[in-house]
Amino acid sequence: MYVYDEFDRSFLQERVVEFRDQVARRLSGELTEDEFKPLRLMNGVYLQLHAYMLRVCIPYGTLSAPQLRALAHVARRYDRNYGHFTTRQNIQFNWIKLEELPDAMADLAKAGLHGIQTSGNCIRNTTTDPWAGATPEELEDPRIYAEVIRQWSTNHPEFTYLPRKFKIAITGAQRDRAAVRVHDVGLRLHKRDGEIGFEVMVGGGLGRTPYIGKTIREFLPKEHLLSYLEAILRTYNLGGRRDNIYKARIKIQVHEMGAEEFSRRVEREWEETRDGALKLDDETMADIRSRFITPDFEKLPDNPLELTIEQDPAFLRWKANSIVPHKEPGHAILTISLKPVGAPPGDATADQMDAIADLAERYGYGEIRVSHEQNLILPHVRQKDLPTLWRALDALGVATPNVGLVTDIISCPGLDYCALANTRSIPVAQRISERFSDLERQKEIGLLHLNISGCINACGHHHVGHIGLLGVEKKDEEFFQITLGGKGNSKARLGSLIGPAVAESEVVDVVERLVDTYLALRTSPQESFIAAVERLGIDPFKESAYAPR
Amino acid sequence: MPLVETGTPSPAPYVRVADDEALPDGAVIVSAERLLAESESLRVRNGDLGVLWPNDRDVAELEPFLPRLNLVALDFPKYRDGRAFSQARLLRERYGFKGQLRATGNVLRDQLLMMSRSGFDAYEIDKDADAAAFSEALKSYSVFYQPTGDGRPTIRGLRAALRGKEKA
Repeated sequence: MYVYDEFDRSFLQERVVEFRDQVARRLSGELTEDEFKPLRLMNGVYLQLHAYMLRVCIPYGTLSAPQLRALAHVARRYDRNYGHFTTRQNIQFNWIKLEELPDAMADLAKAGLHGIQTSGNCIRNTTTDPWAGATPEELEDPRIYAEVIRQWSTNHPEFTYLPRKFKIAITGAQRDRAAVRVHDVGLRLHKRDGEIGFEVMVGGGLGRTPYIGKTIREFLPKEHLLSYLEAILRTYNLGGRRDNIYKARIKIQVHEMGAEEFSRRVEREWEETRDGALKLDDETMADIRSRFITPDFEKLPDNPLELTIEQDPAFLRWKANSIVPHKEPGHAILTISLKPVGAPPGDATADQMDAIADLAERYGYGEIRVSHEQNLILPHVRQKDLPTLWRALDALGVATPNVGLVTDIISCPGLDYCALANTRSIPVAQRISERFSDLERQKEIGLLHLNISGCINACGHHHVGHIGLLGVEKKDEEFFQITLGGKGNSKARLGSLIGPAVAESEVVDVVERLVDTYLALRTSPQESFIAAVERLGIDPFKESAYAPR
Repeated sequence: MPLVETGTPSPAPYVRVADDEALPDGAVIVSAERLLAESESLRVRNGDLGVLWPNDRDVAELEPFLPRLNLVALDFPKYRDGRAFSQARLLRERYGFKGQLRATGNVLRDQLLMMSRSGFDAYEIDKDADAAAFSEALKSYSVFYQPTGDGRPTIRGLRAALRGKEKA
């Protein structure tokens, strides 16, 4: 957990004052809506279908307990008692009044929180592995570098009016849980000749024109991280397209120019600056590292009696589903599912947030993470506390053992909130969740990522869902296109369209038929849905999806 | 359109000259095309010389002319189009341009500090009210995370100084 120092705090206070002034100038008419728009966007304020939406930044998905309480406070005081966690590890409040925004921001700033650069054509919140600093399969904690990037990219004078938004993700583990290949820039820590550095990928992204990022440098020594990023951003700022909003992301520039030429330009630019003021020396890195609080882990045995004695089948089911190993003996990483049956994916009420903050303090060294899958994570819990924690979470309605299963759906907010959407994605998610609510059946089906986007902008990342649903409008009616076989991990791949879009009223049945086809054709329960799709191709699924009934 | 200069003020107002117009005496701003086409006669001409450089043209092309140029005006055709921020930094930090760097076009109050950080020292500001608020706008932040060529201390530098003090 990074702790702000006086400089971070001064900056944030000045930002609040600046935004208050901008809102006042907008309300007085001194700023036109057109002029105000990028300013409010860069503070996380969208104008949605029914109201202003505030997106609060959760840097690399890491929250302290007091910060989670501050989010609960905003939900309660300025919104309708809930917030919505996003695929980029942030949180959104959907019903904020413009006049109250500066106060909400001032309240957030007291806890070191803000909406800076959660929107707009600038460098967005850097996302990373929600298990960072806790998983045993990590080379190095990526949050240190995410924080280095946060500081460098915050209010960057050169890169605040880019052609389009810019998203960076970073992973330090064997398995990629940050989807680095579908970001504008993906960074992967790896070791070469005993030295740790970054593989740099550029030009990935979903949206209307999905691309898997291309590696433009296999190995970047760590001290050059910022100069290299600055070279990429400068190449993009000067050369990215600005004639068409749908062609303005860096992925289009990389695609049109070719990754080799893009890489050559970045390298040429970087040669000029690599040993300049952005070079990260050991002292700077040590300083940033020193402001991360690492929990003082208790010395504890694995599988203590308090844990093994608990034999309630519901507990065992939850434990098998929601707990993964921790690097420290006697500890565990716990996922709190925000996907209860029939509810909008990723929502949490103010009371739930407060209670989870309390539990994190009591049982989890005070730290909470937000995952890309729109769940919360307690990264450091003691195994002996798991039975108690489970009861508490169950009482809050956040102990559904469906992590990674078919009802752990990633969905965009859709037409219930969003002005861009064509379709209402949340009700579809709710109905799928109800259809597959039987926990035994879900477990039987096993690992299955189902993603829903309410329109072509792909905020629900349907391209990388094992099953992806994309809402489209045809003659004023809602339809869904279905893709199969997408993956967002280190072997990222875009799903294949199986055929014509199906009517909204049929989409749940079709999903069920796809799942049943998998169950019928898998070689064994060990063969996952995605493995079966890879082995069989989409044809048998297509056949069953469109079979006349 | 109010002009605010923070560097050495221009001796006399610059006159923008269209490509088909004869050059008057005194300080002028010509187009990039004219600068390239008439470089020889412009070089020997008396009077301050400026160029309006478009934001889709590589500033590396300007390098040979920089010793003769007193002013480079960079364009913000729309305030959302931020290419000139990069051009400004390149001119100052890579090519060492010391003359006036002027922001022109759709220049609004909330970008002035970023322009200053990128190396601009003169601003043709769209609105009178924004020009009046200039010094306030430049003071909206006192701390800065990234190094640019503007000489303002960075947070990293301040932290290092603080550590030095603690050690001493």
